[in-house]
Amino acid sequence: MSEKKPAPQAAGSRASMKKELPEKYRDHKHVWVFIEMERGIVHPVSFELLGEGRKLADKLGVELAGVVMGGPGEDVQHAAREAFAHGADLCYIIENPVLADYRNEPYSKGLTQLVNAHKPEILLLGATTLGRDLAGSVATTLLTGLTADCTELNVDDDKSLAATRPTFGGSLLCTIYTLNYRPQMATVRPRVMAMPARQEGRSGRVVPFQIDLKETDIITKILSFIPDRDSSKSNLAFADIVVAGGMGLQSPENYQLVKNLASVLGAEFGASRPLIQKGWVTSDRQIGQTGKTIRPKLYIAAGISGAIQHRVGVEGADLIVAINSDRNAPIMDFAHLGIVTDAIRFLPALTEAFRQRLSPHAKDRLAG
Amino acid sequence: MHFVVCIKQVPDSAQIRVHPVTNTIMRQGVPTIINPYDLFSLEEALRLRDKVGGEVTVLTMGPPMAADSLRKALTIGADRAVLLTDRFFAGSDTLATTYALAQAIRKIGETFGKPDIVFAGKQTIDGDTAQVGPGIAKRLELLQLTYVSAILELDQENSAVKLERRSEGGVQILQSRLPCMITMLEGSNIVRRGRIDDALRAARAEVVTWNAKDAGIEDLTLCGLRGSPTVVKRVFAPQARAEKAALVEVAATPAATAENLIEAIFAKAPTLQADMVKLASGF
Repeated sequence: MSEKKPAPQAAGSRASMKKELPEKYRDHKHVWVFIEMERGIVHPVSFELLGEGRKLADKLGVELAGVVMGGPGEDVQHAAREAFAHGADLCYIIENPVLADYRNEPYSKGLTQLVNAHKPEILLLGATTLGRDLAGSVATTLLTGLTADCTELNVDDDKSLAATRPTFGGSLLCTIYTLNYRPQMATVRPRVMAMPARQEGRSGRVVPFQIDLKETDIITKILSFIPDRDSSKSNLAFADIVVAGGMGLQSPENYQLVKNLASVLGAEFGASRPLIQKGWVTSDRQIGQTGKTIRPKLYIAAGISGAIQHRVGVEGADLIVAINSDRNAPIMDFAHLGIVTDAIRFLPALTEAFRQRLSPHAKDRLAG
Repeated sequence: MHFVVCIKQVPDSAQIRVHPVTNTIMRQGVPTIINPYDLFSLEEALRLRDKVGGEVTVLTMGPPMAADSLRKALTIGADRAVLLTDRFFAGSDTLATTYALAQAIRKIGETFGKPDIVFAGKQTIDGDTAQVGPGIAKRLELLQLTYVSAILELDQENSAVKLERRSEGGVQILQSRLPCMITMLEGSNIVRRGRIDDALRAARAEVVTWNAKDAGIEDLTLCGLRGSPTVVKRVFAPQARAEKAALVEVAATPAATAENLIEAIFAKAPTLQADMVKLASGF
């Protein structure tokens, strides 16, 4: 919860800095990951969190638990098995018809009851629309700390969760602690953490948990659900190659150069935040802290200066190529390859060169 | 009906600079704006008021200068503005913020009439947490409806509301009840420009200014730093990678430079060639 600005001068004196954990929280133990499931499909961010949660649990010498909530049926069992395969030691399963589709009311009540009954010390959720909706109300009910959109999670010497996230609109990073309250809650955006390897046949304990909620108790009703058409969605987060443009392109017309290169490469195209704010590119194409986090094999950034908020969204790329006319642009500090040239003039040449290389007739040359 | 819209004054993030030597934020001269996400919620509240009648109250918590943002909201068309300002609120994290705002909304209810819908922005552009709306909803026991892309029906007689909500992988059509807390999705409406008479009214209007006591906040230990369970221990600039980008030679023509770059890419990532041929041929 880092809307606040740091005030180091008061740091030593305030109550929340005390290291002694209040008695009532001493029996809070273990690391939990909320396993997000919609219409039977586990969101990949839950597995990424299990990978991260596993490391935290091992450092603390505690267990890693998945929390699966859903309507009665095979889906919750399947989700639990997948959680085990991705590192969970046990899974709490809350099965109830009111949980068939996500609604804030039954989910926040169910998760809050489970926390109060089984007392975790750390609770991680994905920073998705579902996870953010749920985490905010659960943390408020429990009156505990919640750190949004973390880019790094660690355990301190005194075993507290150190949650690092960008701050000030993404120009700096800050590390946030919830010292005197439990559980310590944090959300992480999809693709920020690496996907752990799936261990076939790995299993764990199932702990069923009952909640006393009936459909007649729930006010909000889902009248219908309209799934997105796949064709209209960008697949930036999972693309192998991504080409993106920034303010260096100078005009909305020049953004077409990015699209042309992406088309030749069979890549997804994206943009830095200013282009979205200017309305040149739609928001589902935004790459960075407040947009999509990408982890491609190759990322080509054209005319992007590389502010922190962009950097945290692309650092997982295997190879970052920066095309920028300013050799001192921040992006040159984290790109692997840089080329100091005007992107507007260079992109058409690069597109044409790739077109020739990658055409089916050029295979011999590539092989050599 | 009474609509309360929570807004926040934020620095225009496009204009924030970090001091190159000290790595501290240079705040001087950075203009402030109403958090852009809040405007979609304000616009939706104004539309509902124009349709069914009633009043729109805008509320913000912040330093005295945050009154500027409230005045701006009045210019756009809000009927009343309340500023919650007190040094006890300094250093609030989102939990402490929602406590103060929820108390102020209770007080607004007692003073100007109970709100039917409390609106908040989806998230802010400076904190980006998306936690304040849900926190207010929980504290006031309002039904929580976030990421709303359209309000389809508002049935005053039955205190019912039907709306579209963005969820992972699709859109939910929901039937819910008033009072509720709604955060609107960006782009869900087009924010109006204020009319001349609203601008004139805003210039004369008084911003209702409350301190903690005025807002009925008695327990100050729940406010500001003391009421915040989270502690920011360290603020730092990200580490530069040990090595800077390897610069690819710029040749006489863009075409030759392109060849240089492609060679450099394949030298760095030899397995990429095969992947790229496969990808490119698939399209």
